[in-house]
Amino acid sequence: MIEAKKLTRCYGDFTAVDRLSFRVDSGTVLGFLGPNGAGKSTTMKMLTGFLPPTSGSASIHGHDIVEDSVAARRLIGYLPEGAPLYGELSVARFLEFVAGARGYRGAESGRRVDAAIERLQLDEVRNQTIETLSKGFKRRVGLAQAILSDPPVLVLDEPTDGLDPNQKQQVRRLIRDMSADKIIIISTHILEEVDALCTRAMIIARGRLLADDSPASLLARSRYARAVSLSCDDLPAAASALSELPEASDVEIRRGLVTAFPSGQGDLFDAVSRLTRDRGWQVSRMQLEAGRLDDVFRNITRESSAEEVA
Amino acid sequence: MNQTLANISVVVRRELASYFATPVAFVFIVIFLIMSGAFTFYLGGFYEREIADLQPFFQFHPWLYLFLVPAVGMRLWAEERKSGTVELLLTLPVTAGEAVVAKFLAAWLFVGLALVLTFPIWITVNVLGDPDNGVVIAGYLGSWLMAGGFLAISACLSALTRNQVVAFILSVVVCFGFLLSGLPMVLDAFRAWLPQTLVDAIANLSFLGHFNSISRGVVDFRDLVYFGLVIAFWLTANRILVEIKKAQ
Repeated sequence: MIEAKKLTRCYGDFTAVDRLSFRVDSGTVLGFLGPNGAGKSTTMKMLTGFLPPTSGSASIHGHDIVEDSVAARRLIGYLPEGAPLYGELSVARFLEFVAGARGYRGAESGRRVDAAIERLQLDEVRNQTIETLSKGFKRRVGLAQAILSDPPVLVLDEPTDGLDPNQKQQVRRLIRDMSADKIIIISTHILEEVDALCTRAMIIARGRLLADDSPASLLARSRYARAVSLSCDDLPAAASALSELPEASDVEIRRGLVTAFPSGQGDLFDAVSRLTRDRGWQVSRMQLEAGRLDDVFRNITRESSAEEVA
Repeated sequence: MNQTLANISVVVRRELASYFATPVAFVFIVIFLIMSGAFTFYLGGFYEREIADLQPFFQFHPWLYLFLVPAVGMRLWAEERKSGTVELLLTLPVTAGEAVVAKFLAAWLFVGLALVLTFPIWITVNVLGDPDNGVVIAGYLGSWLMAGGFLAISACLSALTRNQVVAFILSVVVCFGFLLSGLPMVLDAFRAWLPQTLVDAIANLSFLGHFNSISRGVVDFRDLVYFGLVIAFWLTANRILVEIKKAQ
């Protein structure tokens, strides 16, 4: 279990993380979501014992990150922002160093290194110097070092940054495979990733926690959640007819689609399909919208900055 | 305790692997050997003196170290901070103190290796004459200790900045101060306004004085303690700086 209590970090006058409190249990993939400079990386740096908090505290499975830092760090695998590596070493030599620092010796160290290399499919570059590798390989070396000791807690700062779509899929699969009995915290600004990967998402902006929920509940906050879109030959006529429905609160036309937003009364999808049948519209496409995370994200972060200005 | 030693040895080995994976090791060792040879034979008058000892060899070491040791030390923390690997290193179950000692030790062992590779000159002097090998060994010991002092200063100042050039220049200046603090040029500046005991204390801080007495074969316990304290002081400051600077 990770527990953060009023975790705060200031750089001079600037408060990067502002009284962040949360609890994470095993089996959770938690996504830190937020605009650049929101305090995601700073929070991760504090959880992994790199930066001491200005005030507040956090513990990893009961080990305080400041008082009992080494014990806490032993439980964490960490991929820092930008995946920094010792570029002059070969992949295998670098991973041997990490295995040594994690307390593995001899044959056990070799086994751990081999397992990590296999898991991240680094075999072909095993003896290559890290600085000659492509960005995707470097990121995977960073991930290999984080999972090397199979730690109960993984903190991954933008794990799929710089990877191509196939590699992104691989890394997501890897994270999902490991998630059953671990706590995995990832930070990202790719919203689809939260949806694809996380069981819980925290939206952070200007160091403050704005939302903490499952991706599904966050999606439900979107005005697109359960909205109905359709395309037909006469969009303006359809739009005005749809806006008459008591089930619809609002209607908009965008990119050849007319979208009706639910008002909360009755089932909008049923009402719309009845209407199209009654009017005999030539409907080429009709869909029930899921929520849009980017929409939720924009609303939540914009609300908070409006408050700030007021 | 065992854990500490194990961690230090892991980091030392990684550091040494980095030296030998880059041209740093090769360039340093070759330049060190060429320069120390050139100084000994041309400036030191090794043959002309017709005395079978290594005094002409050792007497130029302080000046050689003044530039070469900061060149080794400048990268220790500056590079680590610039590339961000300091975050990797200090989030492994390794303490900042262990990392500071390990990085210093690796660099010190490396300089020691360069020093050991000057052995042909020791063979030469033994072929040509009958030197006091005890004095020679004391000279090597003193030289290595002095290199450790320079290195501790350089390592500490390297933690001040991400820029290796800045780290190098700062280190050379501070090392120069420590080297010369026994000379009248420096002492006169203090004599006007400091009590005599403090001026004597400053004079005692000089690397040159302590090195010269060891290299003449007088291995005085106080000189050993002196270099030990200098190294301990700068490494302590180094550890504090690493902790402070990692937030920036």
